[in-house]
Parts: sequence; structure tokens; C-alpha cells
Amino acid sequence: MTTAETLELKPKKREKYYVTTLKRLFKNKLAVIGLVIVILQILIAIFAPFITIHDPIRQNLANSEMPVFSEGHWLGTDNYGRDVWSRIVYGARISLVVGSVAVTLGLVGGIILGMLAGYYRKLDAIIMRFVDLLFSFPGILLAMLIIAILGTSLVNVAIAISIWSIPTCARIVRGSVLSIKEKEYIMAMRSMGASDLRIMVRHILPNVSAPIIVFATMRMATAILSTAALSYLGLGAQPPTPEWGAMISQGQDFMWSSPHLTIVPGIAIMLTVFAFNVLGDGLRDALDPNMDLQQ
Amino acid sequence: MTTIQEKSPLKSDILLELNSVKKYFPIKGGLLKRVTGNVKAVESVSLKLYKGESLGVVGESGCGKSTLGRTILGLEELTDGKIYFNEQEIQDLKRKEKKKFVKEMQMIFQDPYASLNPRQRVGHALDEVFKMHTDMSLKERRDSVEDLLKEVGLKPEHYDRYPHEFSGGQRQRIGIARAIALNPQFIICDEAVSALDVSVQAQILKLLKTLQEKYKLSYLFISHDLGVVRYFCDRVLVMYLGNTVEMSTVSEIFNKPLHPYTQALLSAIPRPTVNAKKERVRLVGDMPNPANPPSGCAFHTRCPIAQEICKVDRPAFIEHEKDHFAACHFAG
Repeated sequence: MTTAETLELKPKKREKYYVTTLKRLFKNKLAVIGLVIVILQILIAIFAPFITIHDPIRQNLANSEMPVFSEGHWLGTDNYGRDVWSRIVYGARISLVVGSVAVTLGLVGGIILGMLAGYYRKLDAIIMRFVDLLFSFPGILLAMLIIAILGTSLVNVAIAISIWSIPTCARIVRGSVLSIKEKEYIMAMRSMGASDLRIMVRHILPNVSAPIIVFATMRMATAILSTAALSYLGLGAQPPTPEWGAMISQGQDFMWSSPHLTIVPGIAIMLTVFAFNVLGDGLRDALDPNMDLQQ
Repeated sequence: MTTIQEKSPLKSDILLELNSVKKYFPIKGGLLKRVTGNVKAVESVSLKLYKGESLGVVGESGCGKSTLGRTILGLEELTDGKIYFNEQEIQDLKRKEKKKFVKEMQMIFQDPYASLNPRQRVGHALDEVFKMHTDMSLKERRDSVEDLLKEVGLKPEHYDRYPHEFSGGQRQRIGIARAIALNPQFIICDEAVSALDVSVQAQILKLLKTLQEKYKLSYLFISHDLGVVRYFCDRVLVMYLGNTVEMSTVSEIFNKPLHPYTQALLSAIPRPTVNAKKERVRLVGDMPNPANPPSGCAFHTRCPIAQEICKVDRPAFIEHEKDHFAACHFAG
């Protein structure tokens, strides 16, 4: 290669950053399976009224405890004669909404705290001690404590899970901010007279987005699982709400006569958690800064 | 009054003046994080930079060159001393007042790979400078950015590209574009060409020279490459362990170095001769720890001509010949 050639800009095919990331994600089969399940679940949640015939909470005692593949109820009915398929479909709505609300709130809190702690030396000690305090409670116990204070409802479950997500998110963000902050381009922006807010929002945040995206995806799995767990314990969704954890809790009395009442929602929870986890894993590899940018 | 009148013709030519500038980094230790000592990165630096000139700052790694540059820009807090820019003291200015001077003083960084935000398009990076400091409309800003790109030898089409699509030299051109965007009077080049290939170095230096003539820029050119400094600068300041050791014009420094440290530095430049015997002044040992600098002359631990007096008495930085300053008891 001659000097003149090296000086010219290589006519590389120019791709947007996220296109490259997605391409790399699609090479990972497990992550694609996760993505497909997640998308399916979102579609099911959105179009719930169109893919179910029965009302998820209407009782029909004449048809109670019908087994799977019964006529008109392909996943059977529960002890009150409610259609299990309808309840699973509407349960997907609840899981996704509660999960995403909890994760979003947790991210907002975690990003703000993590940014401030990472950027301002003086705030670091104070914020991180507060975060340590939140960390010192076992997660589910902290959530139960918050629900005990706020009362049992799905909204409070979302709040409890979000508060429980804040410390982990804050730590991840702080760590990334600490390394990005020392980069020369941040120094350059300071020498240009950029304000702290501009540096944080325009220059640090985009560069810490990769670990945040991965965290959010993985946290969705945890949030959905925790919502189910809290509802199973009777702290979240109250009957007759078609929530997966609550369904298992009700179905366990009929484990021997109608095992599908526990198995079907159990599979739904498992698939969802599995999907978000493998998707998160795939995203982590696809967003790895050592693999991108320079190539 | 008389003194001011006497100095006035000269003084108006001075763009930047440092008066015994110090920068210490505290060493904190123990349970309560008390200050147990200081790393004396910049011990006492005084200099005058004239309008339109390039002043080279040379010295070994860790001698405080880069810290000096950052301290002048206010990126590091000054420990002591005074900085005058256009005859105005700037070291104690509040943030808002300082913004005025940000336009006048800019910096070009060493690593062209690290000094640009990898997630920001090049055009947007330059646009941001105008956004922060001017009230131009979107269209005006776009035009200015495209002009800037042309000015530094890039193309307007490069506006939408990301930094990773450029070579090191091209990235450094973007860094230069960013530095000259606001029409500053003074630019600090912190090892601006050290990370580049020799051929690219020459192009970048040429660009810097062209811009200097066009915009009457003054450079503080921090480098460890004596060859580059000789080519590029008008005057040279030699630093050792945070202290100024010698300062004069390029020809004086390279032909008639007064300080033994400068002599040692110069003798380390390889010369294209075959049989000529050259006197090589070799320095032994490493640079002393700046947290615990030697007494007296900081250089006496490695100096080939050191005497007893050097261990006790710190030599003053005085004018030995016209415009030729050195800090040595036995200069010459």
C-alpha cells in the first residue's frame, strides 16, 4: 500500500452503530431465540383481546378444572372455570408492564445517582454509602419491606422492584463513568468550556449506554420473576387479576387434579425469564467495546 | 509611571505571562485522608509568550510539561503563582468570567484516538463548539463547520462521519479544527504530533504553521521531540523536575546550550555522521521523585559538573546572555 493510499479515507461501507450491533447480535443463535420470544410476548400482550375468546376473569363454574386441549379451552380452565389461555395472555401484559415500569424507574434513579457519584468526587462517598445501605438488604426482603409500608398492589410491586434495582444500576453506571471521565475527549470538552451537565448528558451518557442496555435487559428478567414471586406470596396482584405468580399460588391447591394450573404459568414465567436473560447475554457480547468501533 | 512607560512597547507584545507558577498534587494517606505530602509537578515556572511566536517546552517524561499546559488552561487548579493573559490576571477568575478566555485559549491533545468522542459525528463535535459559544443559526453553524473542515484539509462530506472512520493524522486535523473554531489567539499543543507517523507529523506541523501565519496564533508547543521543536519553534523552554532550566531562542539553545541538562539532552540526538567522534554527555540514574525533590539544584543528583554548592543552594533562573536564561551556578 502506498503512502498516498493510506492517507486517503478508506472507502469503507459506512454503517450506523446500531446496525453493526444488531448484525453481531443475530450471529448469536441463543440471543435470537430470546429476542423472538420477547417480541412474541410483546405482540401477545398488545393484541391480547384479539387472540382470546374468553374473558380472563369471568367465572363459569359449570366448566371448572377442564384439562388441556378441551374444546373451546385449549389450555383448559381453572377451578372457577376461567380460561387459562386468556389468563396467561393477559398475564403477559401485567408482567411486561410491571417489569418495564420497574426497570425504567430503577434506571432513572440508578443513572442519576451513578452519574453524580462518578462525576463528582465529593458526592461519591455520600451517594455510594446510601447505595451500600440499600445493598445490605436481601433484595426480596427489601421489596417486601417496601410493600409492607406502601400496601399490597401491583403498582407498589413496581415501585419496590425499582428501588431494589437502583443500587445495582448506580454501581454499574458509576464504574463506567469513572473510566470515561478520564478520557481525553472529556478533558477536551472541559477545555472548550462545556458545562458539567453538557459533558454528562452529551458525552458521558452515550458512552456508558452499552452496560446500561445490558443491565436493563437482564433486569427485566429479574423484575418479572420478582413480580411473580411477590404475587405468589400474596403481596402483589390480588385475585382475580390474571397474574402468573398469583395463578400458580391459586393452582397449587389443585396440583394433583389439575396440574396444568401450575405448570402452564410456570412455563410462561420460565420462558420469559430465559428469553430476557439470553437476550441480555447476547447484547453484552454484541455491545462489547473491544469488538466494535475499530474492527 | 516611568517604569510602565519604559516597558509599554514590549509589554503590549506579551500575550501570556507566567509568574512563578506552581502546581502541587496532594498525596493523601491514612484513614482520614489527610494530606501527607505533595507531588511537585510544576515547581516554579515563569515565562513570557509573545504574540505570534511558538514557544517549545521540552523535557523528559514526568517533568511537568503537560501539567503546565493544563494549568494554564485552568484544567488543573493552580497551587500558587500568577497567570496573565493579555495583561489580565486570569488565575482567580470565576467560571463565568473565564468563559471569555476559553475562546482565546485552546488546546490540541496528544492522542488523536482518545481526544474525540467515539459516539459523536465529527460535524456534530465541531458544531457543538459553535453552539456553546455563539448564537449562530443551524445553517450558519453548518457552513462554519464545513469551512473549518476545508481549512484543515478535510472535506465537507466528512461532516457525518464518526471518528473511527478516520486515520490518526485526519483525526488530529479534526482536533486542530476544533481548537481554531473560535478564532483563539493562543493554542497549547500538548505533544500534538508525538502519536503520529513521521510523514504525517510533517503534514500536521505544516498545517499548524500555515494556520499560525494566517491567524497570528501563538503556540505553546509541548514536546519531547527536539527535532520537531527545532523545526517548529522560535524559542525553547527546557524543563526538569518541574523547574525551568533554560530558555532561549532555538538557535541559541541548539548551538550554545548553557545548562548541563540541556547539553545532555542535545547530545542524545542521533547525528548522521559516521566516524566523527562526538562527545556524549550521559546522564546516569532516573529522574528523582517529584514528591521528594533533591535539595538545592534539582538536577545535582545527575549533573556531571555538580559541586558542593549545588546541593545546598538552588540556582536562580537568570539571564546569562541577552534573552538566554539558565538556572545553573556554572552555566556555560
